[in-house]
Amino acid sequence: MIAVYVIAGIIVVLCIFFIFAYNGLVRLRNQVKNAWAQIDVQLKRRHDLIPNLVETVKGYMKFERDTLEAVTKARTTAQQAIGSGVGAQAKAEGELSSALTRLLAVVENYPDLKANKSFLDLQEQLTSTENKISFSRQFFNDSVLSYNNQTQMFPSNIVAGMTGFKQSEFFEVKAEAEREAPKVSFEQPKT
Amino acid sequence: MILVAAMGILLLLVGYALGLAFGSGIAGLVIALVVWFFMNLIAYFQGDSILLAMSRAIKIGPDDHPRLYNVVEEMKIASGLERIPDVYIIDDPALNAFATGRDPKKASVAITSGLLEKLNRDELQGVIGHEVSHIKNRDVLLMTMCSIILGTIVILAWYGSRALFFSGGNTRRSSKGGGQAQLIIFAVAIILMILAPIFAQLIYFAISRKREYLADASSAQYTRYPEGLASALEKIGASTYQLKTANQATAPMYISNPFRKSSGAPTALTSTHPPIQERIRILRAMAGASYADYERAYLQSHKAGGRVMPASALTAGAVGLRSAQPEAALGAPQPSRLERTREVGDLLWQKSGYRIIDCGCGTRLKVPANLGRVSVKCPHCGKTHNI
Repeated sequence: MIAVYVIAGIIVVLCIFFIFAYNGLVRLRNQVKNAWAQIDVQLKRRHDLIPNLVETVKGYMKFERDTLEAVTKARTTAQQAIGSGVGAQAKAEGELSSALTRLLAVVENYPDLKANKSFLDLQEQLTSTENKISFSRQFFNDSVLSYNNQTQMFPSNIVAGMTGFKQSEFFEVKAEAEREAPKVSFEQPKT
Repeated sequence: MILVAAMGILLLLVGYALGLAFGSGIAGLVIALVVWFFMNLIAYFQGDSILLAMSRAIKIGPDDHPRLYNVVEEMKIASGLERIPDVYIIDDPALNAFATGRDPKKASVAITSGLLEKLNRDELQGVIGHEVSHIKNRDVLLMTMCSIILGTIVILAWYGSRALFFSGGNTRRSSKGGGQAQLIIFAVAIILMILAPIFAQLIYFAISRKREYLADASSAQYTRYPEGLASALEKIGASTYQLKTANQATAPMYISNPFRKSSGAPTALTSTHPPIQERIRILRAMAGASYADYERAYLQSHKAGGRVMPASALTAGAVGLRSAQPEAALGAPQPSRLERTREVGDLLWQKSGYRIIDCGCGTRLKVPANLGRVSVKCPHCGKTHNI
């Protein structure tokens, strides 16, 4: 008689454990998905800031048309790259970052622009958006790490195997464009 | 967690001992739990708004102070909070910040104007990261519950010891048989009444200090830049201002002990925060940005000490540090100390109802709302402005 109770008790405990482990995996996987969506939110915010930036800067930087055009073009490419796969998107975003960096490096030559309040506000927004993009990527990678740990570490890996939770990939910045240092040209503006 | 359990056990012991001294151990236990339950209810319905109102905190939106709001939002993303906390500024020259909110979905972060003026962006990120991690790690809830346990122990001990002293003469019930046993239980109960509140308080402070270490480590993990928080703490430690509206009950939630004496070594056992110099030393000794790195840096100066990070935080992999703000690549000029002071000052004037009028000569006129006049003259250049 006792043996039946013991076995029933063990089965109950196992079921409870299974439920907890499964729910934990679901929660972590959803966190990964949510974190991925957050990155897109921040990228889009950056896209929205750029027309404003170009307008503010255009009046002051009459001789930097190429740089400004490069930024606008890079933004359009990045917007079109949404939905066409992680690799293409990362590359387009990396090029946009480089174009922005080049533009802001050139701003050093224009003290009037640097003192302009709306430009300073915009620059704060841009800085913050860049930070948010990198933090959302960081959080995504942290979430992937937690999730992968949970799918691999002992007891929950059994549950993961049984119910089909697979590992996720980290977001690696492979686009070379994002890593290269901006090349600043010191040519005098042609009068 | 062991400390919290210890506090809980202390509470149950006190209840039981009290009950025993009066006749029934179980009844004492039940009474202790009932008192604890009601105190929980009362604390639950007391809003954070009371604390914020007491501190005279002014709520700000994204347009009022973009840099501060952006930094809070960045930390919200890095920590994975669901909803950005409400942001408040406290008009006080002291250097401090706190977080409040039992539920991460309904939380607030406040910072003094003094601190906001003094810190650059990296340091501000470190401080806000520390506060946001208090919210994320549910420290407010934890410390509130601990203070309730502590309060219950103190109440029971106070009333219990008074009652015991006054009823000590008569043997209440002789169901326990010999008067000897009754006397011993009596003595133990009295000793417990006296010692329990002291022990409970020490445990409470120890818990608070541990959570502070965890918050520092979390901030380093979110920002990947512990030097930011370290240098902010340096500035905070060097200041001698005392925060005017600090509250004993919420001292653990501030970033630095608001009741710290500016001179002399802090009495480590009865302080809610670890010594600032030690926090700075640990942060600067970190080789990476993960909790394990914080643990290692902590153990460098505490050879005999036990663990400071909860076990669950040590399982993640290695996390690298980053260099100082990559925004330097974007060429963003950081506002100077003077500009930051002006920024915060103007915002506070505006929030108090003053209108800000920029005169062409560079002066900013702050006009009170109910001036009664239709125009004002600039005191520097004499130009008239219509309100």
